[in-house]
Amino acid sequence: MNAHTKLNATIAAAMDEAANGVVRSDAEAINRSAKQAFYKARVPIYPKLVHGFYRKLKWAVMAITLSIYYFTPWIRWDRGPGAPSQAVLVDLAHERFYFFFIELWPQEVYYITGLLILAALSIFLASALFGRIWCGYACPQTVWTDLFIYVERMIEGDRSARIRLDKEPWTAGKIAKRVSKHSAWLVISVLTGGAWIFYFADAPTLARQLFTGEAALTAYAFIGIFTFTTYSLGGLMREQVCIYMCPWPRIQAAMTDAEALSVTYRSDRGEPRGFHKKGQSWEGRGACIDCNQCVAACPMGIDIRDGAQLECINCALCIDACDEVMDKVGLAHGLIAYDTDVNIQRRKAGEKPRFQFVRARTILYGGVTAVVAAIMLFAFMTRHTIGLDVLRDRNPNYVRLSDGSVRNGYTIKLLNHSGHPRSLELTIDGLKVTSFNVIGEHDTKGDINILVPADKVRSLRALIAIEPADLPKERREFTFTLKDPASGEKVETRSMFIPGGGQ
Amino acid sequence: MTDHNKEVDSHSGTETTGHEWDGIKELNTPLPRWWLGIFYACIVWSIGYWVVMPAWPMINGYTHGMLNHSQRVNVANDIAALKSARHASESKLASASMDHIQSNPDLLQFALAEGKAAFGDNCAPCHGSGAQGSKGYPNLNDDVWLWGGKLADIQHTITVGVRSTSAETRQSQMPAFGKDGILKPAQIRDLTEYVVALSHRPANAAAVKRARQLFSDNCAACHGEDGKGNREFGAPNLTDADWLYGGSPQEISTQIYLGRGGVMPTWQGRLSPETIKSLAIYVHSLGGGE
Repeated sequence: MNAHTKLNATIAAAMDEAANGVVRSDAEAINRSAKQAFYKARVPIYPKLVHGFYRKLKWAVMAITLSIYYFTPWIRWDRGPGAPSQAVLVDLAHERFYFFFIELWPQEVYYITGLLILAALSIFLASALFGRIWCGYACPQTVWTDLFIYVERMIEGDRSARIRLDKEPWTAGKIAKRVSKHSAWLVISVLTGGAWIFYFADAPTLARQLFTGEAALTAYAFIGIFTFTTYSLGGLMREQVCIYMCPWPRIQAAMTDAEALSVTYRSDRGEPRGFHKKGQSWEGRGACIDCNQCVAACPMGIDIRDGAQLECINCALCIDACDEVMDKVGLAHGLIAYDTDVNIQRRKAGEKPRFQFVRARTILYGGVTAVVAAIMLFAFMTRHTIGLDVLRDRNPNYVRLSDGSVRNGYTIKLLNHSGHPRSLELTIDGLKVTSFNVIGEHDTKGDINILVPADKVRSLRALIAIEPADLPKERREFTFTLKDPASGEKVETRSMFIPGGGQ
Repeated sequence: MTDHNKEVDSHSGTETTGHEWDGIKELNTPLPRWWLGIFYACIVWSIGYWVVMPAWPMINGYTHGMLNHSQRVNVANDIAALKSARHASESKLASASMDHIQSNPDLLQFALAEGKAAFGDNCAPCHGSGAQGSKGYPNLNDDVWLWGGKLADIQHTITVGVRSTSAETRQSQMPAFGKDGILKPAQIRDLTEYVVALSHRPANAAAVKRARQLFSDNCAACHGEDGKGNREFGAPNLTDADWLYGGSPQEISTQIYLGRGGVMPTWQGRLSPETIKSLAIYVHSLGGGE
């Protein structure tokens, strides 16, 4: 008896036991924790297509996230002449990061840090409220794996067809299907790597260079790296990435609690489970007909009825699978649903289930998120478009001049963040000086006007000398002030004057 | 090793090696396949490496490999590439006048960077890494320029040196008044008081009076009647607060006795004219020059 006929016999047997057109699946939860060993080859999972609200939601999220990823570099944004016209661009060569109307310099990297902190806090909050929605919907690993499974299903068919194909001997048809599947995966992978590099250079120019072979070697190398990672992580490794490689399933346990929503099998309603034939009474038994459709749909290879487990990414596909079955047997939806274990306990105890979204944890996460967002917004709104850095000479610390006066030297860096050249006024406060001049600038006393080109830093040397009569006894702090007379914008930097030892 | 020696551990399902210590048996757990795969790949890689890269030492030299890779050649190529990349700015620097360089921010930036690097390599051993100088070695940050502080003066001093082997060297020599017996110790003591008085500090009035004629006879030829120095001879101004060999009476007296004069080598032929230009611009920028 070959594998094919054996399988058919199994399916026939299963059909026999099913009711109301519900096919009992022989799917096994291959990643059930009781079955996991330390050394084990991967057992393939054949997730079955489901239809329902969460499947639609996941398609929508996939479409949105992939569109953002693939198309963002192609959005144009006019910044005037001399500046790149790409809306989102990491310009490593010129050390600039462009995001629509925002332009960041390397020294402003704390905005990126702030965004990362905000992202972390948001994911904490989301985890505390809705469990692993990041894992289930938005994580690139989930999105690309879902896309790869979709392609696989298009070419090789749904679950049972794929199982059959795997067991078939190598015929021309099987080879053709396998070649086209892996080719399609590779095309997606190459496009993924290709999209990545467009964030680092002008997209239309780079696209032309890529095809004419003129692009930098690093561009091709990064396409290669991302092709490899996308193909192997999304096509070959899939759920193993989440189970064995990703730290987040471990970390997120600290962010959630018993009240956080999670994809939950309502054991209070489902148990005791068992086969159900049409017309049979539901008295004295649970709503679960043990059809295993939730297991067949699971991309992680688990049985949600075992309860919350590390492998579950909360993708909610088992909810859709179960709801389809509940429709067929004429029971209410929600045997598997976004719920909590404490609600199951409450129902068992005869209490009403409650959803407590407002808890100490969510208030804390939400509050901290709001505070960080407010700080960042404030910092961004009050962000200067000019900057001043002063480095006092330390070698030598001070210079004694021929008339006995003492001079200190400073390296002054003037930053112009704006897209047009500006004439900036440099002054000093809090120090009585004999002379203050900036080398290369003609004015020698009082205010000094310095032209700083658009989007540039100008580095200049300034010298401050004090004659013996005015020389402070000890080192003295004072302030450099840089002002844009046109806009009134002003930045200050503290520095020091060292009079040196008496002689 | 025969089959009947094989013993399978019932708990893990793994064969044992047959080794046993006090009842503890060693499992023969196979290496992870991925690890073994990488290990074999490394062996294959190393064979390829021997073929294409320099690998094995021989009695004379070494195996060069098919790629003929050499880090020495790479460094030479990199330096050549750097030189050709700098060529445009370098040739602009060579042809531009000092004033033009000063007024062109890009060229000035290039000259300052080159000058700073050249200063670290060639000048810092005597003048200090910050050009702060030390006793006998002039501070280049201040406003005292023995041989002139204009760009052209500095450029010339670097080119020909001071008391150097160049035919055009800046040249002068203060006599060793004490060591060579030109003046008596008492006269040197009086002269010291006179120089102290010149720099507006309290001094022995009688000694100053006695030394007036001595100064006029022995020192004024170079330092001037008023002691304000003379750039023709690189003779320092004795009335200011700056002292190359120290300003205390003891140090002044020592200098009159020894008549020291430092040597700065000529950099002509050792550094390119563009580098000397850059050095002059850098040194001029330190304290603003003249």
